[in-house]
Amino acid sequence: MSILEVRNLYKVFGPSPSRAFTLLEKGASKEEILKKTGNTVGINNASFSVEKQETFVIMGLSGSGKSTVIRCLNRLIEPTRGQVLIDGEDIMKMSKAQLLETRRKKLSMVFQQFALLPHRTVLGNAEYGLELSGVPKQERQQKAMQALEQVGLKGYEQQYPSELSGGMQQRVGLARALANGPEILLMDEAFSALDPLIRTQMQDELLELQATLQKTIIFITHDLDEALKIGDRIAIMKDGEVVQIGTPEQILTKPADEYVRAFVQNVDRTKVITVSAIMRKAPTVALYKEGPKAAIRKMENERMSIIYALDNERKLQGIVTIDDAIRLVRERKDDLTPVVANNIFTTTPDTAIGNLLGTALETSQPIAVLDENGRLAGIVDRASILGELSKTMDEEELPVPLADQLEEESTPNQKED
Amino acid sequence: MEQQLRTMLDIGGWFEIVINWLTANFDGLFDAIRELVNAVLVSFQGILTFPHPYIMVGLFAALAFWRAGIGIGIFTLLGMFLIHIMGFWEVTMDTLALVITSVVIALVIGVPVGILAAKSDLAERIVRPVLDFMQTLPAFVYLIPAVLFFQLGAVPGVIATLIFSLPPAVRLTSLGIRQVPKEIREAATSFGSTPRQMLFKAELPVALPTIMAGVNQTIMLALSMVVIAGMIGAGGLGNEVLKGITQLKIGLGFESGISIVILAIFLDRVTQSLANPKGRKS
Ligand SMILES: Nc1ncnc2c1ncn2[C@@H]1O[C@H](COP(=O)(O)OP(=O)(O)OP(=O)(O)O)[C@@H](O)[C@H]1O
Ligand SMILES: [Mg+2]
Repeated sequence: MSILEVRNLYKVFGPSPSRAFTLLEKGASKEEILKKTGNTVGINNASFSVEKQETFVIMGLSGSGKSTVIRCLNRLIEPTRGQVLIDGEDIMKMSKAQLLETRRKKLSMVFQQFALLPHRTVLGNAEYGLELSGVPKQERQQKAMQALEQVGLKGYEQQYPSELSGGMQQRVGLARALANGPEILLMDEAFSALDPLIRTQMQDELLELQATLQKTIIFITHDLDEALKIGDRIAIMKDGEVVQIGTPEQILTKPADEYVRAFVQNVDRTKVITVSAIMRKAPTVALYKEGPKAAIRKMENERMSIIYALDNERKLQGIVTIDDAIRLVRERKDDLTPVVANNIFTTTPDTAIGNLLGTALETSQPIAVLDENGRLAGIVDRASILGELSKTMDEEELPVPLADQLEEESTPNQKED
Repeated sequence: MEQQLRTMLDIGGWFEIVINWLTANFDGLFDAIRELVNAVLVSFQGILTFPHPYIMVGLFAALAFWRAGIGIGIFTLLGMFLIHIMGFWEVTMDTLALVITSVVIALVIGVPVGILAAKSDLAERIVRPVLDFMQTLPAFVYLIPAVLFFQLGAVPGVIATLIFSLPPAVRLTSLGIRQVPKEIREAATSFGSTPRQMLFKAELPVALPTIMAGVNQTIMLALSMVVIAGMIGAGGLGNEVLKGITQLKIGLGFESGISIVILAIFLDRVTQSLANPKGRKS
């Protein structure tokens, strides 16, 4: 069961939400509704679910409703309609006391501008959540210290937030959230206020922390690179709607619409797209069962000049070229083993394709993709890597055929004559 | 014609009737207030005048040194000693007791009203014009109702002073709380604050520097009003100034004036520092 589930969530800001709903049902856009009724559609029928220990990123342009969605998860903003289930419990149906308990125990939030209490020390800030729940002083300080240690702030306990840099302040924000021991972390543009270098560093540290803590994280950003780096899955929002949910790779390789495509076109795809997305099936021959004739037939079917030789456990042993196979047939030999060559490269399915570029340019043979058991999962060749990379090229920057160019140049010249 | 209109309207007469009615029917209430205010005032006077002046001078200087630095510390030491030498110690402490009593009561009333005005737009809409009106009235005007209800003496002096000095306490409390950043409020809520915890663990501490700026203004207004209240026999330095003016004792007037200035600088610098608590230089 998902730890967090959002079902058909709506938020309409303004004086007359019901009028907005009538228009929404007729398919009116956010803009039309604002013009006609004065209501702003913050969230429009958003549904998604987040698995335990997943990092779920919500991404979208400014005003697309990201902050509104994350604030509905702990009811900082009251949804107009819909359900938010946490551990299967609808927070919309909770009593005041239950809601307070959920906020104290299950969800903690990290804010864009840090939102630290200026009159409290770093330690005082870190223990703030526990203090609200009435945890005895010694226990809460101990837990706060532990959280501060996790974010690398040991030794800064007695400083005040105003004495720290932005990155350090946000670590305090993170420690404050962790000290409560919540299952779910809500992070609204938590790193957006930091300068780029610190930001990258914080992303790395969050990933490291997540590897050991295994929290469920809802992370909001409008930065695609950040989303791709941190997210296990990404939801893309537009005008209050969730337009696509998928893994970083799915978002990049199969954008749901023009909006998403526009979003992803400037990404460095070589770092995100993995081998598994572009590999294809390879012709194989069972080394100890099949002979050169079978190998030749398969190569001819696939229009390939090599074939991959597997042992009885389907582990890759090497390749056989069509020339060698033909020679064996001429020499009337049945055993393929003597001609198996192992001068090829291998890789794994989850390698980013950027890592393959150098090798692919050097060798003429496709690179074999092996799964964790050494079995052949497929092959990747130079053409498919380049093909994938060229998908997002800007049309206007592409090379132009010389013939076209000459023709273009000659047209005005003729007029002049 | 004008004479006729005047006798017909008889505003003064009507006012007298209302005041008489109030004093007749709420006599008990006014007496209780008088007793209470007097008790507070007398205890502060007692505390301030009980130790030897040298001890108090030392304490004031130490306080000024701690809160406002070496310069103000030395100034306080010399200034307070001068007051003692001039023979104004007792009356200066009387004045200080009047100020403290008025300010304490003004804050007890003003801060909660300020909180209310911050929390409710309706309350803000009611309170704001009242405060504006209060601040447009000249200081002397406050003496009239105070005397009517509490006769002459220190108590009406305190009452007039606290009313006169109340507005900044209310205003800056409300302002300070309204200025608490939205994200801090959200953080407080998201970590599971009750409304009470929101007020006492987030809003008030974050607003404290602004509230303290209000306290500083309240104290300074109170000091100026306490001097004016000398006119209705409130005692303290105000009386000395009044004597200096009415009896044309220029020396007395000048010396009491110097005492007021020294006290004013001391109070201002020490309470200003409260608005910049340690640690949050932001
Ligand atoms: N309190 C509010 N009252 C009225 N409209 C609001 C309110 N809060 C948000 N909105 C509107 O709801 C929409 C979504 O806002 P939201 O803050 O969720 O966007 P966002 O995706 O977080 O944007 P950003 O990247 O700028 O933070 C916007 O059109 C915004 O103007
Ligand atoms: Mg936002």
